[in-house]
Amino acid sequence: MLNATTIALIPLLPLAGFLVLGLFGRKYFKNSSGIIATILLLAATILAIYTAYGYFFEYGKVNGVYEKFIPLKYTWLQFSEGVSIDMGIMLDPITCMMLVVITFVSLMVHIYSLTYMKGEERFATYYSFLGLFTFSMLALVISSNVFQIYIFWELVGVSSFLLIGFYYDKPSAVAACKKAFIVTRFADLGFLIGILILSFYSGTLDFSALIQRLTTPGSAELSAALSSSFMGISALTWAMVLVFIGAAGKSAMFPLQIWLPDAMEGPTPVSALIHAATMVVAGVFLVARLFPVFALSAPDALRLVAYVGAISALLAAIIACTQTDIKRVLAFSTISQIGYMMFALGVSKYGGEGGLGYTASMFHLFTHAMFKALLFLGAGSVIHFIHSNEMKDMGGLRKYLPVTHITFLIACLAIAGIPPFAGFFSKEEILSAAYQNNMIIYWIALFTSGLTAFYMFRLYFGIFWNKAPSLKERAGGEAHAHGEGGFAMMLPLILLATGAAAAGFIPFGNFVSSDGKGSESAFHLQFSIAPVLFGLTGIFIAMWLYKKENNKPDIIAASMNGLYKSAWNKFYFDEMYLFVTKKILFNLVAKPAAWIDKNVVDGLVNATGNTTMFISKKIKGIQSGKVQQYAAYFLVAAIAVAVLFIYWWK
Amino acid sequence: MFTPGLYHILFISTALFFIGVFGFLTRKNLITILMSVELILNSVNLNFIAFNKYLWPDKLDGLFFTIFIIAIAAAEAAVAIAIIINLYRSHHSIDVDNAEEMKY
Repeated sequence: MLNATTIALIPLLPLAGFLVLGLFGRKYFKNSSGIIATILLLAATILAIYTAYGYFFEYGKVNGVYEKFIPLKYTWLQFSEGVSIDMGIMLDPITCMMLVVITFVSLMVHIYSLTYMKGEERFATYYSFLGLFTFSMLALVISSNVFQIYIFWELVGVSSFLLIGFYYDKPSAVAACKKAFIVTRFADLGFLIGILILSFYSGTLDFSALIQRLTTPGSAELSAALSSSFMGISALTWAMVLVFIGAAGKSAMFPLQIWLPDAMEGPTPVSALIHAATMVVAGVFLVARLFPVFALSAPDALRLVAYVGAISALLAAIIACTQTDIKRVLAFSTISQIGYMMFALGVSKYGGEGGLGYTASMFHLFTHAMFKALLFLGAGSVIHFIHSNEMKDMGGLRKYLPVTHITFLIACLAIAGIPPFAGFFSKEEILSAAYQNNMIIYWIALFTSGLTAFYMFRLYFGIFWNKAPSLKERAGGEAHAHGEGGFAMMLPLILLATGAAAAGFIPFGNFVSSDGKGSESAFHLQFSIAPVLFGLTGIFIAMWLYKKENNKPDIIAASMNGLYKSAWNKFYFDEMYLFVTKKILFNLVAKPAAWIDKNVVDGLVNATGNTTMFISKKIKGIQSGKVQQYAAYFLVAAIAVAVLFIYWWK
Repeated sequence: MFTPGLYHILFISTALFFIGVFGFLTRKNLITILMSVELILNSVNLNFIAFNKYLWPDKLDGLFFTIFIIAIAAAEAAVAIAIIINLYRSHHSIDVDNAEEMKY
């Protein structure tokens, strides 16, 4: 049996690393900080695997159903009877899965950074930030209370801000971290309002009580939440939509996706962490956590989730086909894959056969973590070798980076959904869930999976094949003698590649399902033909265009001038946001506000100050320094008091 | 024979008090200001004595107060003169109008 201490230690170990390295790292652990953080995280990983093993195989199942297991609940702030902010631990299948994913990917990133960030001036700071990031995400997934999740949700935002802006002397990094923080913070406002509405109607902030009250048909709380409406939509649907806005902000869903590509300014291993295990999957996790409420009580909100996910998946995939910065391609591919997870949740139903989407979404989250971390770390190796992010500087690297080449290929095959790699299985489930419920989304998803294969292999051929390798001409004629970066960089690649290749064979449906009962993931051979065919077509087109250096891509790009250009410019979303903020918000809101601030608010304060100054100037002559004058005032006052007492004070 | 009553003495003491006040407010020399203060104190002493003698002849409280005030006045004179000497050292004058640094 597991106790609360063991589970609490999983997030607390990275926190300890953050505190120790953050406070003393620069002075005492300048060189050893990486090792310390890695060892702490290794311990956390082992504990997480132990916890997950214990939950899934030993005691999690009660009568064949995975129950929520709450080993710790401590009331932190009591608002009123029943409404309190608790600090607690809640284990359920998705929490256990997330614990393993987060700690494992974070551990890989820690190991990888040992070499990648070597020689960095703020090495210890980097590791302390990584610790904080891991801690906040781990604490987020074990939260038992909506408000607790919100607290750690914000902490994730802060730590991503710190890490994206790690190179704070680079203006683009500073702009990127501000953008990430502001966009997600803006979305979090929706989340907060959603929480408040939910707690208002359900009378609790505790997850299990909240879900239970809001999903029991006929319960007083549910009927209250459904009957009160605003603009024709029930309060509960509004609450869930607002919560989803928060989730969409963190997960970079359309139309809040603008921050994620810019977040590439951070160090590459951090991108791996953000994209694979922390931050962006937090949104998916949140929707999954509140899934019963979505599915049983607010199906309209769930439909919104589905469409937003599908649109994000498609748009991001189109944009990814045109980008030339390899990290940006990966960033858009993340948006696209997270979109898959979202619409898989969106098309799912609660329990039974219809709950396939939920399982598929979580399965895809799991496999995606493996291959996306691998892709980013592989890209990191390439960038480390080439000192450039641009695809045009690369080509023919397969001879120089053999391990990276093979592992990157595995990751590309996995994300493209080619059997028997991990992505095939999870994508398969997502597609069949979509097929059962919504044909429009199914076709979007199918087309997107072809696009995914195309842009990933465009990347793969662009980096490892294409031009003949002549390193001396590139990157300013620097000779690259340091090779692939040693054992610390290879080990995570190999481990993750193993995961990306084999994770698909886990019978995921047995462990994670919307109602905890477990479901057999049915596998239909005929059904798989279409997606695999789409994937292979994408790969062959990419091969035809990019394997050898030629001018075909340029000709095609030129022939699709308008589409290519707008996709290359990310469909002008940044410009739209800039237009809205700079032209509309600044002119119509910020400027009048500034005027009022300068003239009215400041004016009042200044007027008070000026009046005081004026009066004091007039009367300061009274304090003349002449003793006799003071004595005269005193006398006059004494006489006045005497007169007062004698004649009035009877 | 004329025996002065309480009112006579009160009249004198009041006169003495206001002479002191006038001197305190108008004189510029610190020594004369000090003397004016002594006048004020003495007018108070006179009041105490007079009230004691005419209203409660069998008590001594007024006398005690008077003696007490005389002692205080002596101490006060010593302190005041010390201050005046210091003022003279720094300002080379004991004119009260010259010591007006402690203003706004």
